[in-house]
Order: sequence, then C-alpha cells, then structure tokens
Amino acid sequence: MEQIPVRQSRTLNLRILRHNPRDPDSEPHLQTYRIEEADTMTLFMALNEIRERQDPSLQFDFVCRAGICGSCGMIINGRPGLACRTLTRDLPETITLAPLPAFELIGDLSVNTGKWMRGMAERLETWIHAEGLGDVDIGAMEAPMEPELAEQLYELERCIECGCCIAACGTAQMREAFVGAVGLNQITRFRLDPRDTRSDAHYYELVGDDNGVFGCMTLLGCEDLCPKDLPLAAQIAFLRRRMAAVGN
Amino acid sequence: MQIIYTDVLVIGGGLAGQRAAIGARRRGNDVIVLSLVPAKRSHSAAAQGGMQASLGNCLGGAGDDEDVHFQDTVRGSDWGADQEVVRMFAHTAPKAVRELAAWGVPWSRVKRGERVITEDGKKKTISEPDEAHGLITARNFGGTRKWRACYVSDGTGHAMLYTMSNQAIAADIPVHERMEALSLIHADGRCYGAIVRNLMTGEILAYVAKATCIATGGFGRIYRVSTNAVINEGMGAAIALETGCAALGNMEAVQFHPTGIFPAGILVTEGCRGDGGLLLDGNEHRFMPDYEPEKRELASRDVVSRRMEEHIAAGHGAHSRFGEHLWLDIRLLGRDHINNQLREVKEICQYFLGVDPAEELIPVRPAQHYSMGGVRTDPRGESPRLRGLFSAGESACWDMHGFNRLGGNSVAETVVAGMIVGETIADFCESPEGNVNLSTALVESFGRRERERLAGIADGGGSESAFELTRLMQETMTDKVGIFRDGERLQEAVSTLQGLLQRSRNLGLRSNARGASPELVAAYRVQRMLKLALCVAYGGLQRTESRGAHYRADYPQRNDRDWMSRTLATWPGEDADLPALEYESLDIMRMELPPGWRGYGARDYIEHPDTARRQAQIDTVLAGAGEADRFARQEALMPFIHLLPEHLRGRNERLGDD
Repeated sequence: MEQIPVRQSRTLNLRILRHNPRDPDSEPHLQTYRIEEADTMTLFMALNEIRERQDPSLQFDFVCRAGICGSCGMIINGRPGLACRTLTRDLPETITLAPLPAFELIGDLSVNTGKWMRGMAERLETWIHAEGLGDVDIGAMEAPMEPELAEQLYELERCIECGCCIAACGTAQMREAFVGAVGLNQITRFRLDPRDTRSDAHYYELVGDDNGVFGCMTLLGCEDLCPKDLPLAAQIAFLRRRMAAVGN
Repeated sequence: MQIIYTDVLVIGGGLAGQRAAIGARRRGNDVIVLSLVPAKRSHSAAAQGGMQASLGNCLGGAGDDEDVHFQDTVRGSDWGADQEVVRMFAHTAPKAVRELAAWGVPWSRVKRGERVITEDGKKKTISEPDEAHGLITARNFGGTRKWRACYVSDGTGHAMLYTMSNQAIAADIPVHERMEALSLIHADGRCYGAIVRNLMTGEILAYVAKATCIATGGFGRIYRVSTNAVINEGMGAAIALETGCAALGNMEAVQFHPTGIFPAGILVTEGCRGDGGLLLDGNEHRFMPDYEPEKRELASRDVVSRRMEEHIAAGHGAHSRFGEHLWLDIRLLGRDHINNQLREVKEICQYFLGVDPAEELIPVRPAQHYSMGGVRTDPRGESPRLRGLFSAGESACWDMHGFNRLGGNSVAETVVAGMIVGETIADFCESPEGNVNLSTALVESFGRRERERLAGIADGGGSESAFELTRLMQETMTDKVGIFRDGERLQEAVSTLQGLLQRSRNLGLRSNARGASPELVAAYRVQRMLKLALCVAYGGLQRTESRGAHYRADYPQRNDRDWMSRTLATWPGEDADLPALEYESLDIMRMELPPGWRGYGARDYIEHPDTARRQAQIDTVLAGAGEADRFARQEALMPFIHLLPEHLRGRNERLGDD
C-alpha cells in the first residue's frame, strides 16, 4: 500500500444528473455535491457518502462493488464505465455522472438494465438448445470437451451485462430494438458451443437483420468501453460473415 | 393492494433460488422468483474459485469420492454439521456439476500430459493421464484432502449463475426484479406468501403462494468489513425471524475469509492459495507453516484467519496508513497462470489496489465472508415450525456447514440444495397440505401492518438516522463479534446493539422522495439487521466454547461435553430486545464420524462420553461388515439415501469404475 502516492486531499465536485420519474414535479437537472476526497476512494464510496451525509434521496445501483456483477454502469465524464471500480484519483476534480442512455430510467443514476437484458435473453434464446436437457443422466460421466474450447467459451461468457456496450453504441441510440454487442456476443458464445444444437439458419432468424448483426456500424464503441475487455468487434465481424453466408 | 397468486414463491434469485424454482416448475407448478436485483447480479456471481464435487478426474483428485468429501466437510464444520445432510450433499454435488455441464457451464477441463504446478512454494511437474483428457478438472482448496474444486477460471459463480438464469428463462420462470419481501404472511403455523415492496415505485403488494422459499443468501453486511455484496443484509432470514415461530440456527457461526484485499475487503479467491500462493508477513516471511505444519496455507478458513490475526497481534503485520495487514504472494504462480486461471483476481488487484499481482504482493486481511447460520430447516429444506416455508442456500441452516464452511462448498451447496428443496416444495404442493385455505382479510391485515410500519418511519417525525445506526451496528460487529471473541466484549456488543435497536424505533427521514426512497429502505432494513446482529452476538455470548469460526478467547477449547448442540433463535415479539435461545442437541450416537481432531488447528478439546461409545459401536459394525463395499459399510453406519428425492439416489460414475 505504501507505493500509492500520497497527495494533498482534494475537494471533489460531483455533478449528477438528477431526475425522479415517479415525481410529476421532477425535471432532469444537474446537481452538484462537494465532498472531500479520501485515499483509494472509488465512485462507490463517493456516492454512498453523498447519500448518507448530504442527500438521502439520491438513487444509484451497486451490488458487488468489486467489478463483477455489472450493476453500476453509468456515464462517467462522458464515457460509460463501472462506477464501483473507478477510483476518483484517476479523475479530475469535477466529475459528471449521468445514467446510461438507452435503458429505462428508474431514477437519477439507476436504470433498468435487468429488464432490457431479460428481454434480450428471451428474444435471442440465450441458453443451450438440446434435446432432453430435463432428464440428463447426471450420474454418468460428463461428456468431454477440449480444454481450449472451454477456455474460449469462458472468454465470451465473461460478459457481465452491464450495458456499457449499449450506451457506447451508435446504432443502439437510434434503433431501440438493436440487440447490441452484448446480444451478438452471446450468439457467438452459443454458436461456438457444441452442446447447443442450433444451426446457422436458426441464428439467422434471430440476428440476421438490422436489429441484429447487420445493424452494427462498426464504430467499435462497444469494444473500446467494455469493462471486461471482451473481443466484441471480432465476434461481431465473424458473426456477420457467417450470417451473410446463410443469407446467400 | 394488488394480490398476486402463485403456487410457489421463491424469495431470492441467486443460484439456490433459481435452481429450486426450476425444480418446482418442472413438476408443473407456477413459480415466481422475487429478487432485489436483476437475477444475474445476485451475489452467487461473486464465487470465484470453485465448486466442490468429488469427480476425481484430475491427478490431484484421484481417489476422491463421496466418503472423503463427507469427512472433509464434517471436520471442516468442527463437528457442528448435520452429518446426514453432509452425506446428502456430498452424494449430490457431482450430479450438480454434471447437470450444469449439460446445461452449458464451460467448466475448465483436464488437459493430458505434463504441466508444471506450484505446491508448498516449489515447482513440480505432474502428468495428467490420457483417459482424463477433456473431463472436468479441479483445483486444490483449503481443508480438503483432494483437489476437488471444479472451476471456470476464477469466474465460477458467474458462469454458473448465467447458465442457471438462462435455464430459468428457458423454463419461462418470471423473475420479479427489484422486489423486496417485507414480511411473511402466516397464521397458525402455516406460511402463505409474503408482503412485498416494489423497489422502483414504492408500491406494496402481496404474493400469496402454497409454498414460500427463502433463498436470500447471507447477512454479511451487519459487519463493517465484509466481502459480501451490499445487498447481503439478511432480509430473508430476518423476515423469517420476525414471524416469531420460524427459528434461525447457529447465527453465531460467522466465517471470516483469510484473503479480503486490504482495506476494501473485496474477496480474492482461496484458489490463489489452492494454486500455490503463499501468505507472507511484514518481513515477507512465510508464517503459516510455523503454525500449521500439516496444511499450511490450506488449513480451513477459520484456522487460517485466526492464525493471521494472531500473527498480526504478535507484531508481525505489514504496516500501512490504513492499519496492519499481511501479504498474499501469487507471484510464484507466474504471469501465464494468473492471466488464465486468476484473471478476476488480476483485475481486482489492478483496479482497486493498482497492483500487478504477477510482480507485486497483494495486501490482505481476514474479512467477514459467510453466514453458516440461517433459517432452520429439516434435511429436506422445510421449516419444522412454519409449514409451507422452505429455505435453501446460504440463507438456510439445514445444516451442512456447522461452525465452519469449507471453501467451494457454498456454491456447491446452492445448487445441491436447490435440486433437493425444489423437489420438497413440489411434493408439498402436490400433497393435501399444499392446499391453501386463506382469507383475503388476513392478507390485507399483513399488508396494512407493513404500510403502517413504513408510514410510521416516513411520517413519524423520529430523530434517528438509519445510516448512522447502520454504521454503529457494523462497527460494533466488526470490533466485538469478530474472529476473536470474549465474554466481556460480547456483552458490550449485546448492550450496544440493544440500545441501537431501541433507537431504531425512533427513526426519521430527511427526504420525502417518492418512489424507491433509498433512505426509507435503509430505515426498515436496519431495524431488521439489528435483530440478526443480536442473534449473532447473543448466541456468541451464550456459547461458552470455541468451535469452528466461533472462537472464545475465554473458552478456547471445543467442548463436546456441554456444547454438542445447535443454537436456535426465535424473536419473542415486536417489543423484545433479545432473541429467545434454545438448543437442539447433536446426537453423537447417530454420527457416522464421531468428534475428533480435525487434522489441523487446535488438538485439545473436551470429549463427550458418547464419543468413545459410538466409536466402539462403529468399530464393531465395520468389523462385522467384512468384505462389504464402501456403500454398504456407509449404509450400515448412517443411512441417508432415503432422504433424497428418488432421481438423485443413483451412484456417481467415475473414471476407472468397473
């Protein structure tokens, strides 16, 4: 811990986009809070301190506060990111926070990513499709899988559905039904998995249009801002080629 | 008030809740899952290192089976566990892993041929056999004799939870997200569902169900320093306690994980040590072999955490401006291993500490991690005192962990318990008992009571701050009900918590925000958390022995003679400021493995007279069993298969079986 440079403590200005849709009198506005910066302070600590000491009505979402659950995606000085693992020392004194766009606003910094992700999962059927999953012989040896393939699947499965890729996506801002990198990545994950018996023709039905893989404008915001560094651009490009082949 | 009717109401959308929901749904029941957060964000996702199941595929797991897993778990529990439940668990865990494998979890696999591992600080080359290639592999964990923790890199819980959630979506199970159960609807010892608050709108509604299952995880947030997610406030256990009839078991049994990063308390997995990582002190000396020559860094968590605190207290900690800590060293594992097998750990170190663990040491200190206690159920998951109420996973005490849980046994428990309890619930719903005769006036009266409680906080003009009381409670628990406990400080904690509970009856709000109102949420939760905290502190005060994670400096021995018992706590009434405690005895004469030395930790304990009698009985039975196979020998000592649902009773196939 001694290696962390000590510097004079700063007073931070957090400018937070406030709005409570449950309150008919509420108008979206920026509200500024001043707090003393502490050592190794994260936005999780800063926002909780504001709520506990200054404004108990402030809404935001955290669950794991360790960067693994995807609850706390928000716009931090103009860029989507996970608030819990963002250290204030990496930011200027004035920090502007806004909710992720493209999701239903619950209040202030809290958005309904859960509803969006469930809708996406239902639409893209993001589960293993195979006969007899209900009565697998679970007493018998499991089917083998190549170790490298298991690693590749996990690489794609590390997505935490935080919504940063949707907030960073040009298409998603214009086209409400676009499944985004989060959805397309899941299709490539199941497509790679030999346990899933779906064919490319089946996947084409799910993502072979402008709300799917052909809606991507290759702006690469998704990959640039993915907190888990998933190889999204390559997955989308690969999927587009496969789907174009089906389309022909 | 809107009333929603369903066959089964599952409160909690983590692994246990969703697996129970899937089981009940498959048997033809309508199921609704309530979750504080989107289900995939549940704390199950935070399990990093692995899930214990005795597949025995990899070299380090060779020779593993249910017997070894059972014995490790009972020793880990310091003989506090229900041994029948441990047997049911050890038997079902391989099935749970294999079911998840079929459902899509990308378990890490055995790769044939040579590879270099790190063991006891040294490099070693091992060779995995051809026939195991592609089967599910496992890593070493604390308190186990075999490599048994099946894993997906170090994102095991995440991969399991996503697969489970996706299967629940495929089964068309609705998850009502951002919904919080405020109380259980019950009358005459029968539970009928819950009064629920919508955390987006503030609306109060009722869910009426034949069967209600609490699967809300642990209550780590009653402590200041915890690895737990911020949602782990134990509300499921608390509303069960508030019924006045359901009991909570062993609430004083609280686990502290050796490697919370310091000072934030964020978990880095036991897999770090399982894969060969070491604990170092302020002088970068590896101290665990000095205390624990048998298992070193891989003794059980209660033992390692105590040794760490003992070593710091002896003046060997590393100093920082946040206080003292120790170091976790995984540099010796090498960058490749860290990048592939410990990547979440790498990210956590990078983002929260600015440390590259391939080059630098990780500052760690034990942090509250797991609640062994919870809603007391029978081995099939039903509350014996409130019919129609079930519980599974960390929120439950059925009781497979006793006074200390082994690493990797919790995610395993979630799925196994879900598989078993889902069937129990379906059986209940199909039985005559499953029928509900209920007046909507009763539902309304429970709804009215909750609305009045909330209005009392919002409009009552009280002067106390929920955030302040929460902070004081957390400080008290961490300072006085932690790893080292004694009568004096526990008594102080109980008195402080009683005072806070009194003050919590005079809460007021500063904001009158409509809708979710996070301040109102903090207010009603702290009232309930204080009751749980009192169960922990008062239970700890009364238990004058040391067992597993419950360590009394003034009673340092495990005392089987007087304390072979499970604590049961009930809440006597709204105005009470202490739980009522009673004790349920653990019958040594029915144990398959009578109490003894764990194989690590303290060697001296006060023996129960039954221990020698039971051991003699066991010796006779086994001598008489002659050539019988291990299944028959086990059956002769402590039959358990009949407690499992029929489809889970079959044997587990392993490499090399005839």
